[in-house]
Amino acid sequence: MTDLVLTPNIPQPDDFYAELVATHESLSKEESDALNARLILVLANHVGDNTVLKQALEAASQGARHPLR
Amino acid sequence: MTKIFEVPLYAYESSADQASALPVRHQVIVVGAGPVGLAAAIDLAQQGVEVLVLDDNDKVSFGSRAICFAQRPLEIMDRLGCGQTMVDKGIQWHEGKVFFDTRQVYGFDLQPEKGQRRPAFINLQQYYFEQFLVDRVRGLQQQGAAIEIRGRNKVEAVGTHPDHVRLEVETPEGPYIVEADWVIACDGAGSSMRSMLGKDFHGRVFEDNFLIADVVMQSDLPSERWFWFDPPFNRGQSALLHKQPDGVWRIDLQLGWDIDKDKEKRPENVIPRIKAMLGDDIDFEIDWVSIYTFQCRRMERFRHDRVIFAGDSAHQVSPFGARGANSGVQDTDNLCWKLSMVIDGRAPETILDSYDRERTQAADENISASTRSTEFITPKSDMSRLLRDAVLDLSAQFEFARPLVNSGRLSTPCIYDGSPLNSADGLNGPSNTRPGAPCPDAPVGDGFLLSKLNRGFNLLTIDADAPDELEVDGVSVKRLALSVKDDPSLALKHRYLGEATSAVYLIRPDQHIAARRDSYEENAFRQAILRASGKE
Ligand SMILES: Cc1cc2nc3c(=O)[nH]c(=O)nc-3n(C[C@H](O)[C@H](O)[C@H](O)COP(=O)(O)OP(=O)(O)OC[C@H]3O[C@@H](n4cnc5c(N)ncnc54)[C@H](O)[C@@H]3O)c2cc1C
Repeated sequence: MTDLVLTPNIPQPDDFYAELVATHESLSKEESDALNARLILVLANHVGDNTVLKQALEAASQGARHPLR
Repeated sequence: MTKIFEVPLYAYESSADQASALPVRHQVIVVGAGPVGLAAAIDLAQQGVEVLVLDDNDKVSFGSRAICFAQRPLEIMDRLGCGQTMVDKGIQWHEGKVFFDTRQVYGFDLQPEKGQRRPAFINLQQYYFEQFLVDRVRGLQQQGAAIEIRGRNKVEAVGTHPDHVRLEVETPEGPYIVEADWVIACDGAGSSMRSMLGKDFHGRVFEDNFLIADVVMQSDLPSERWFWFDPPFNRGQSALLHKQPDGVWRIDLQLGWDIDKDKEKRPENVIPRIKAMLGDDIDFEIDWVSIYTFQCRRMERFRHDRVIFAGDSAHQVSPFGARGANSGVQDTDNLCWKLSMVIDGRAPETILDSYDRERTQAADENISASTRSTEFITPKSDMSRLLRDAVLDLSAQFEFARPLVNSGRLSTPCIYDGSPLNSADGLNGPSNTRPGAPCPDAPVGDGFLLSKLNRGFNLLTIDADAPDELEVDGVSVKRLALSVKDDPSLALKHRYLGEATSAVYLIRPDQHIAARRDSYEENAFRQAILRASGKE
């Protein structure tokens, strides 16, 4: 059974982060939100494992500063 | 009590040059006695070059500015004879905490890599760094070296000629003219040498202001780096607390763009900000306070014939990641052996273009790293802030997000990939010691590798044969013979051999690797030495 990877896994984290921010550059709020939605779907498809995706949804919810409803 | 940065260190004195009917010609004039100019002068003097330093001031850096000095610059300081003094005075640290909003999201421990003489970094006030360099200049003078610093000598005009540079210098006793075969312009970010020559300085300004304060306080807070994103005492902004020697603490507070700088600098406005951060009951005294706007920019080229730019005059970065002084002394480390070889005819003038090639590459790396840190610390769009905050929120619970948190990446040396001085890699060895890389330190016998290297070019052999000395077209190379057995911890093997069983490295005077092979092969190494001395 595979588990969601929650240890550092991106070889060049600063490169990735800079590209992520750059992709949003000069987009409006709506365009950025839509881009994020597409990005989530693309990545989810790449993961392609419902158990892992469920764990990812949980991790993202837990990460919030204030408890989510 | 007078602060050390208020005492003249190289007070003005008349020099014979001022009375001379004809301008006196020097081998090298360094403009600016900041950390970079001083390092350049010491490096040249150690190689027997005659050098004169001119500075419009007569003191060390006013207030500290730089506080964090990284391993590679400390190794360079060892070569310049002041590494130990700096490390003895400096504070070593490796732990830190990151706070977001009201909570600590995580703590880190940057355990230094073992088996190296110097720590990953120390904290030391810039004025101490400069003072130790001036002490070293005095030491060299006592040994008879041709090195001189002239305080309150301000360069006011520059004239470039095919075989020399002419400077007009203003002093308390009036102006005089002086000449040099070569000039190194280390006159800082606001370089007047640069503007007098009409050279560009492009880049970007970050629309933000930072209040930088050094305070003296008795405190049992640990020697850790504490960084706050969006804390309650500085909403929407960032803050940093870091310890320096003598009970001095560095405080950085982001203030935003639309502020009145003069007003914010007044004690009645600074003190409440610091109290909000440290608590009302802490007694402290302000050592120095200043407000900065940060920029990332560089000159397109650092060499302009006989005037060569180094340090902040050539490139400027935001301080996140401590790359200003750290990279400036790496500039002079790169430049001085080349210039000294040109001066005594062992290398063609064109080798100086490799300085330009290698150090603009390093400047680009530094600018990129500090731009990224600045973007993370002060996101410039809503989405960038949203992503940043998401990373910080996740980092509290999930380790994976922590490498994405960027409150400043510490300065690491540039590997000069693709440099014209490198020869093709002839060893199936570790990537960190490929041609262009700085030599990593390693324990050997009762000491360390870097302290065993000779001053000029080295042929480092590990379990391999080679001649003890080699002379190629006026360039002499000395061998340092080692064996993996010299280091039971195997760091030497891991850093220099990897899978290989033997290796021969050609190492430049700045301790960067020029070539490597698994064994000594006469023709290949002669060729590599020619290449590394700019003759190919
Ligand atoms: C808040 C802050 C924090 C920093 N933190 C760090 C850090 O942690 N680590 C780090 O590595 N760097 C740091 N830096 C950067 C560091 O301070 C600079 O990179 C460094 O001082 C550059 O050295 P320099 O010798 O090139 O120039 P400077 O230190 O600016 O020296 C230039 C010298 O030239 C002289 N001069 C200027 N014009 C003339 C003239 N016409 N004639 C004669 N002399 C002249 C000046 O008087 C001065 O002495 C920081 C900077 C700031 C502002």
